[in-house]
Amino acid sequence: MKAVLPVLGLLAIVGIWWLATIVFEIQPLLVPSPADVVESFLELPGYLLEQALVTVWEAVSGFGLSVVAGVPLALLIVWSRVLERMFYPLLVALNAVPKVAIAPIVVVWFGFGLTSKVLMVVLVCVFPIVISTASGMRSTPAELVELFRSLDATRTHEFFKLRLWHALPQVFVGLKVSITLAVIGAVIGEFVGADAGLGYVILQSGASADTSLAFAAMALLAVISVALFYALTWTERKLVPWSEEHRVV
Amino acid sequence: MITLNGVSHSFDGVHALDGIDLEVGEHEFVAVIGRSGCGKSTLLRLVAGLLTPSAGGISVAGERVVRPRRDVSVMFQRPALLPWRTVLANVLLPVEVFGLADHRDRAHELLELTGLGGFEKRRPHELSGGMQQRVSLCRSLIQSPRVMLMDEPFSALDAITRTELCEELQRVQLARPRAVVFVTHSIDEAVLLADRIVVLSPRPGRIRSVVDVGLPRPRALGQVELDAVSRELRGLLVTA
Repeated sequence: MKAVLPVLGLLAIVGIWWLATIVFEIQPLLVPSPADVVESFLELPGYLLEQALVTVWEAVSGFGLSVVAGVPLALLIVWSRVLERMFYPLLVALNAVPKVAIAPIVVVWFGFGLTSKVLMVVLVCVFPIVISTASGMRSTPAELVELFRSLDATRTHEFFKLRLWHALPQVFVGLKVSITLAVIGAVIGEFVGADAGLGYVILQSGASADTSLAFAAMALLAVISVALFYALTWTERKLVPWSEEHRVV
Repeated sequence: MITLNGVSHSFDGVHALDGIDLEVGEHEFVAVIGRSGCGKSTLLRLVAGLLTPSAGGISVAGERVVRPRRDVSVMFQRPALLPWRTVLANVLLPVEVFGLADHRDRAHELLELTGLGGFEKRRPHELSGGMQQRVSLCRSLIQSPRVMLMDEPFSALDAITRTELCEELQRVQLARPRAVVFVTHSIDEAVLLADRIVVLSPRPGRIRSVVDVGLPRPRALGQVELDAVSRELRGLLVTA
């Protein structure tokens, strides 16, 4: 029952799109009809899925690295005022640089392969994770911190038995933002220089004016993002059952 | 067990406590009562070692208090339970932080004692406010404290639950008496539970007077004998 409404919404939009291509007689070169897109996918399903897998792998491994780097980074920032003062502004600056502007340099440094794409993903993903984790740890209720103080707990205890746990629901907010950015990061990397992936497919189809192939690739990207997002939501429900956040998807 | 010697405290230019002298015996239940803002919570935090007095000295079991001690437990106004932990794991937190051996049996025993048997695996949000505060009491007791400090522990509860918990605490104290400092603004709670009641006057907090209750236990709320003490306290608080 829960799945009915989203499917209905999707069908409505696809219907309007289809109708528009017929009523306004839009050329398939500009906007292909849904049927053209499906046809285009069915022509090369193996190839498209293979390229999709490349992009998924770039996004997921970059995302994983961002978690592995971002959470400890947030911990250090909250742990030490000195480190925070030293590196927080740099982090903000790094995040403020348009990633599209960095992409060509990253490709020059790390080549056309996987590494440059993963790095692009990390660049877009790490910031939301650091911010959400740090703010989650900082927002630990004073009464809980006081409880730990009254037990004469060490700072290590305070961080690993209290602050990190308390931050978990917030961490997941950051992760959910990051996972969709991850796919975008991977595609940016592929646009600038790659020989595989859905971003590469889109670029190639532009060159050969195969608009319906580009649409098929974009549809796959959307499916990937949504699937990753919900996989994360599911993990959150399993891992953080006490959080109220899971009611708001 | 607890000795306060001319303790004064000010922070951010506010003079919260002034020249407090107080002794609490090894098995004595002392209630501290006063209007809000009279520094009673500050007094508790000083004894707990969470704050350092601006002047004067505090000692527990003959040792000067410089930091929180393991044999002193603190119970707060709110249950302060960790929402990701089960009831049992919450009760075991102090032992875990102290790095002591398994206290599972003791925890079960305490939960049974406070009527929480069977709730070990639940999480705090599944419990009522009164049950949460019971868990907090168990967590306090698992430290095997020689001193229990309680900061208005029942003030956030409804009247009926509050009465139940007061009687519960009285039972606990009768079974194994400890040195207790119980901060409250409820005259009823103070009269029911305390051996002695310290009345604080506000800004800066000073000891206005000390009332010996001296009534036999167990006591019950609404008992006629308590009325005289209640009236005396009410008078003291109005003029405080």
